[in-house]
Amino acid sequence: MNESFRLLPESASSVAASTDALYFFLCAISAFFTLLIFGLVFYFAVKYRRRSAEPPPRLAASNALEAFWTLVPFGIALVIFFWGAKLYFHISRPPSDAMDIYVIGKQWMWKVQHPNGRREINELHVPLGRAVRVTLSSQDVIHSFYVPAFRIKQDAVPGRYTVTWFRPIRAGIYHLFCAEYCGTYHSHMIGRVVVLEPERYQAWLSGTPLDEAPEEAGASLFATLGCITCHGARAPTLAGLYGSEVRLADGGTARADEQYIRESILDSTAKIVSGYPPIMPSFRNQLTEEQLFDLLAYIKSLKDPLEKRKAQE
Amino acid sequence: MTPLEPSPPVTARETYLNAGYSLKSWLLALDHKRIAILYFVSITLFFFVGGAFATLVRLELMTPRGDLVSSDTYNKLFTMHGIIMIFFFLIPSIPATLGNFLVPMMLGARDLAFPRLNLLSWYIFVAGGVLTMVAVVSGGVDTGWTFYTPYSSAFSNTSVVVTVVGVFVTGFSSILTGLNFIVTIHTLRAPGLTWGRLPLFIWSLYATSIIMILGTPVLAISLALVGAERIFHVGIFDPASGGDPLLFQHLFWYYSHPAVYIMILPGMGVVSEIIPCFARKNIFGYGVVALSSLAIAFTGFLVWGHHMFVSGQSVYSGLVFSFLSYLVAIPSAVKVFNWTATLYKGSISFHTPMLYAFGFLGLFTMGGLTGLFVAALGVDVHVHDTYFVVAHFHYIMVGGMVMAYLGGVHFWWPKISGRMYPEWIARFSAFVVFLGFNLTFFPQYVLGYLGMPRRYHSYPDEFQVLNVLSSAGASILAVGYVLPLIYLLASLKYGKAAGPNPWIATGLEWQTPSPPPTSNFPTTPTVTAGPYEYQDMEVPFVQR
Repeated sequence: MNESFRLLPESASSVAASTDALYFFLCAISAFFTLLIFGLVFYFAVKYRRRSAEPPPRLAASNALEAFWTLVPFGIALVIFFWGAKLYFHISRPPSDAMDIYVIGKQWMWKVQHPNGRREINELHVPLGRAVRVTLSSQDVIHSFYVPAFRIKQDAVPGRYTVTWFRPIRAGIYHLFCAEYCGTYHSHMIGRVVVLEPERYQAWLSGTPLDEAPEEAGASLFATLGCITCHGARAPTLAGLYGSEVRLADGGTARADEQYIRESILDSTAKIVSGYPPIMPSFRNQLTEEQLFDLLAYIKSLKDPLEKRKAQE
Repeated sequence: MTPLEPSPPVTARETYLNAGYSLKSWLLALDHKRIAILYFVSITLFFFVGGAFATLVRLELMTPRGDLVSSDTYNKLFTMHGIIMIFFFLIPSIPATLGNFLVPMMLGARDLAFPRLNLLSWYIFVAGGVLTMVAVVSGGVDTGWTFYTPYSSAFSNTSVVVTVVGVFVTGFSSILTGLNFIVTIHTLRAPGLTWGRLPLFIWSLYATSIIMILGTPVLAISLALVGAERIFHVGIFDPASGGDPLLFQHLFWYYSHPAVYIMILPGMGVVSEIIPCFARKNIFGYGVVALSSLAIAFTGFLVWGHHMFVSGQSVYSGLVFSFLSYLVAIPSAVKVFNWTATLYKGSISFHTPMLYAFGFLGLFTMGGLTGLFVAALGVDVHVHDTYFVVAHFHYIMVGGMVMAYLGGVHFWWPKISGRMYPEWIARFSAFVVFLGFNLTFFPQYVLGYLGMPRRYHSYPDEFQVLNVLSSAGASILAVGYVLPLIYLLASLKYGKAAGPNPWIATGLEWQTPSPPPTSNFPTTPTVTAGPYEYQDMEVPFVQR
């Protein structure tokens, strides 16, 4: 019974306590107003129950009272709004030292790609105490990456990337649910997040032979798809591209983030780089989500040669 | 409690009920009261069909393993439960039944402005309902009532097209009803019935009608696009052909969030009629309660994005939608305070409609307060798409709206049928509904915060205790819903004659015989005072 009955989920990430704090505050506010309304209704119902044929007195309307019970709830609502928003911004912004994990939702499984090339299905091993940035996409319909013990949830949407992050603070095994209805076996799309002590995580990492790292897989794709024949000569070089501002033919600029790179591969004429002819073919429907992640990892790994030299010196 | 004063039996005078007995006299009726009865029969049918689906869902969830029905069947069950309850029960419920019956009577009019349009709206409703039932028997539909793309437009193998056509068609009945109400309220008020003297039920339906007219077309368009994408593969929502799945969510919730207010505003209107009558008091803050209905209707159009906090929309959009969601909460809170204040120094009696109104007050308050949780961005990240949300909207829709509907049905039953319902058994079943409801849905708040996602056919073992509690509550709730069906039908034959005004209520509808004659009023009434001048009336049912 103790195992099967509890009021709060496990608390295993750095944000869980903050989410619970706001939750408790909301519970307190709700309990107060629920008791207030139930109490008043019950009290009035007993005290003013009908006992005589005398009509009740006429009460004048009160603007002061109306203003009071408009402004007090508004004030409370503002507090909740700011508190909730602050927490949301914290949850939405991964810290800069976070390690990257790529997760693809697919009917009905979670496919996980680790930075060193390891791949898992319906399991995600992460080291304790390290911030983990999860970049999500979907191969078919919308799914939602939900770890109740971490109090985080983010939809995985086909055709775009979404990001969430967490920092596990307790070793253990936690549910990974799909929270967005995705068809027949939606309720079987359950995985687990395994939080390991750093040394055990290292052991796990080296425990089995590694798959090819995404950068390497991406590099060979870059060659086999023929990208290499144009980029650098007739097309813009990709070295140092990731994170930079790109000047576009229409006079505007664009930030070369994951979404931009994805769009440029799949819909190559959407944003034309200034000074280059729009000759690149579209790769829509020719690449799997895994291949896109691999290409992305490769392009991100290409540093600007000048900066690289500076860093070495 | 002294028994009700006996009233003379219903005489041979002409009423809307005995104006004709042929099937044709009902199916071609232009009388708003008869059309209201047609709607009563149809939505009651849909309510019990939707309830049967819910029963199967709750039975399945008693065990963690999906062992009663297959996953596909389960997905169809919760989808059909949602579609039928929302589009074929909750949205038409109070407006099409009590609204149809009462709007002309409360205004002192003979009928709605467009009686033929009114009949047409019922036929359209039935056509949409039949199409949807065709979808059910031809294999069902499994998209969830929200029809999220690209699942609905490119992946589901079920009867999505027939269903969206059914819902699309039904939307027109809603638009026609809204149009009819707005024109009627503007043009057919009795002499002296100024806007400041309108009953709050009329104000709430006025606000509801605005949403019906402005929101429903957007739903119709989005569902039509889902159908078009399924059939012609036009790339609107499916990213594989260049579409954007989030666009659908924006379009869908642009209607479907305001639709929540289509469902709850009429309930608020009913409660605003019941509480003054059984407290013998003028409603506290008439103007504020009336205006808050309009405020809810307008602000309700600006909050749809709060369904999408974890969808990948910009965090700044989330910020704006969260703020606006708190704004829309304020008028609801103000209403609750005004209803409670109306009880102060009243002369309160405890007939069934009042018990339902109390139930509404409590459950709507709890549903509204848990709305603060889901509007709080950081907390919603955790509870979105879990049972917390399921519990929250059932507190509003079932705890609030269905309680108000049942309260209204009991309150106006004497007017509609000319007969009294049996008071004690009705009180008993009101308690059963309240108890069963809380036992069903309160555990789901806990379940949701624990992390159980919604729409799960099977679930991890640790969630079982709360699910069993919820299913047990549902069986009690079912009894509470079947009882009124039985005793109200029985009262048509065995009920005491009600007389024109059994509650000694204000309101023009009580100033004509029960059941009313086809023309409603022998002569057009003239209004000289506000809607709730109970202090000038005799106080009935005095308890010593």
